[in-house]
Amino acid sequence: MRALARLVARADGRGGTVLVELHGETPLLLRQTPTDGGVATVHLVGGAAGPLAGDDLRLEIEVGPGAAVRVHTVAASIALPGRPGAVSRMAVSAVVHAGATLHWLPEQLVAAAGCAHLAESRVAVAAGASLRWRDELICGRYGEAPGGAVVHTQVDYGGRPLLRQSLAVGPRAPGWAGPAVLGGASATGSLLVVDPSRPAEPATVDGTVARLPLAGGPATLWTATAPDAHTLRAHLTG
Amino acid sequence: MRPETVVPSATPVDPTTPPPTAPPHDETVPHTHPEPGVDPHPPLARAGRALRVGIGGPVGSGKTALVAALCRAFADELRLGVVTNDIYTTEDADFLRRAGVLDPARIRAVETGCCPHTAIRDDIGANLDAVDELAEAVGPLDLVLVESGGDNLTATFSRGLVDRQIFVVDVAGGDKVPRKGGPGVTAADLLVINKTDLASMVGADLAVMDRDARARRGDLPTLFLSIVGDPTASRVADWIRHELAHHAALHPLAVPVGPA
Amino acid sequence: MATPSLLLLVADGRFPAGAHAHSGGLEAAVAAGRVTDLASLEAFLAGRLATAGLVGAAFAAAAHRAAVPGITDADEAAGSAGVAESAGSARRPDALARSAARSRTLAQLDVELDARTAAPTLRTVSRRQGRALLRAGRAIWPDAPFGDLPASPGGAHQPLVLGLLCAAAGLSRLDTATVAAYGTVTGAASAGVRLLGLDPYQVQALLVGLADACDGTAAEAARAADDPPERLPAAAAPLADIHAEIHATWEVRLFAS
Repeated sequence: MRALARLVARADGRGGTVLVELHGETPLLLRQTPTDGGVATVHLVGGAAGPLAGDDLRLEIEVGPGAAVRVHTVAASIALPGRPGAVSRMAVSAVVHAGATLHWLPEQLVAAAGCAHLAESRVAVAAGASLRWRDELICGRYGEAPGGAVVHTQVDYGGRPLLRQSLAVGPRAPGWAGPAVLGGASATGSLLVVDPSRPAEPATVDGTVARLPLAGGPATLWTATAPDAHTLRAHLTG
Repeated sequence: MRPETVVPSATPVDPTTPPPTAPPHDETVPHTHPEPGVDPHPPLARAGRALRVGIGGPVGSGKTALVAALCRAFADELRLGVVTNDIYTTEDADFLRRAGVLDPARIRAVETGCCPHTAIRDDIGANLDAVDELAEAVGPLDLVLVESGGDNLTATFSRGLVDRQIFVVDVAGGDKVPRKGGPGVTAADLLVINKTDLASMVGADLAVMDRDARARRGDLPTLFLSIVGDPTASRVADWIRHELAHHAALHPLAVPVGPA
Repeated sequence: MATPSLLLLVADGRFPAGAHAHSGGLEAAVAAGRVTDLASLEAFLAGRLATAGLVGAAFAAAAHRAAVPGITDADEAAGSAGVAESAGSARRPDALARSAARSRTLAQLDVELDARTAAPTLRTVSRRQGRALLRAGRAIWPDAPFGDLPASPGGAHQPLVLGLLCAAAGLSRLDTATVAAYGTVTGAASAGVRLLGLDPYQVQALLVGLADACDGTAAEAARAADDPPERLPAAAAPLADIHAEIHATWEVRLFAS
């Protein structure tokens, strides 16, 4: 299954945000939900199970100057096996213009047994814009070893590289469950906060959650491992 | 070129040696009091780069106490920096800071990954970086003391790291240490036999240590030291002053500084 | 010109670049109780090789590529190498242009590697190791173009320095990536012997078992070096970041990282 969804937001000039473009294809369906202050809120509604290996899903987000958008998903997505040898792919690309704000706060991605999934995010944040970007990965459904999954996140700030990370789990990622990478934790994730109004805070660690000030801009990455999705979420609220 | 070997006559070797709990000002030790307000040392010539003096020796021989004593000795005289290589990283540096003998900005600690001898002999980059960082942080220095982590009798400094090295052993380690030799004892530019105030308590014969040191070291100098009796390690400090003068002659300032 | 001996020299743990003082995150993993024996050390090394090892090797290979542009491994083996880019030829206009291009590429690699190193402690460590390696490189190959490295206050990232140093030694891009990948496992393995008192023969046997993975990682890194910098590998390891920041807070530690 191939699908393309697209969301374009503009400031309405009265402190609010209008969605000038909002369309999707099954299984990527977008629904605007009641606005929260001046922030346009959109939910991504999964229109089918999956993604299944072989699916190629793309979501494009553009937040115009001064606009503010928050995107959620209504449920966790579960990467499942499909045609032998096939890979499922979910690519999100976002552009956040000057003075704009984007919150990308989806539910977890679950890598089910036998899956082969690539989650790819490319975000360009203009200097002075704000971002909250959360990635959460659950390695296998309950009691299950995960298939192969790669969560790749690439963020630029003001045209400069801010964050590049690819987390790979599963049978083709040597040592992924070991003490150098996840240490047996079945849940892991990160929350990137780009906020030019907030001064950089020093790195701290609390258990298996670290707050890491990044080099390439006014940004902090929270990175965590956890025994389960619930605990992970509690770690990644920023 | 170097001071004569100093025999241990100035150290208390007789049975009247006070216990280590005695007040630090020990009147049994011959010494002089400088005139108040008069600097007993003529100003030293400044060199184009700091003289780097390594201070090595076995665990517990008193390296850090000697560094602290030298910091006291040179406090108002030299622009001083200290690099420590203790196996437990910041502990030695913390000791110096707590002792209040040196501005913390003038101390750098180097981690050695369980290999203190490697960091001062085979792979000296981290120590050289620390020396550079000191100069970057506090400006030009006259003297940098590089203290090794406590190791064994075979550990010595690379000539790529230090200009001169002092090896510190103590009487409590047994009076056979100089006889055992090893590169530190035989080849260090200065051998310091420390804690002479404990000699009678541990049954160490300083005359034997002196004789063995001479046999091992030829013309290289040896000093006996009790920091209890000499809290500024004055003769070690004098030896360093001598080496500094020599160093200044070898490494003149690139731009001579004189009266305008 | 590259010789097997030069490859061995540069890869040797005794090459004076400060490696002995770094555990590659192992000291913190041991303290956390995550590495306790040979089996957990092997899992640690495998994970480290696939993450930090791959990224470091790819950036070393990319820096090597910048130092030896347009020359394939086969050509290099025939005798030309990075030392040809020496200060002696820097007066020639084409050499100046090449130096400027190399500076731009290295600066880009520097910020790309920063973006792959979320933990500030690991950025500092990489730059400190780069500084130590640069000291050795400048002393040994004074004519190599180390001056084209970005002038970051903490030093250039270690893989960038390694790439230039290996080019100066005449090593191929694949050799360069191999040195980098090999260093990420042997350094941590050696720290394992020291921290856990493991049998050194068994640890060496473990490294022999990882040799194929190490070569495979190096080959993948060398291939990736042809990609634009933003597409170089970015393999992440959450615990590496977490361990590094915990380790940095310790008052007492044996290793610098």
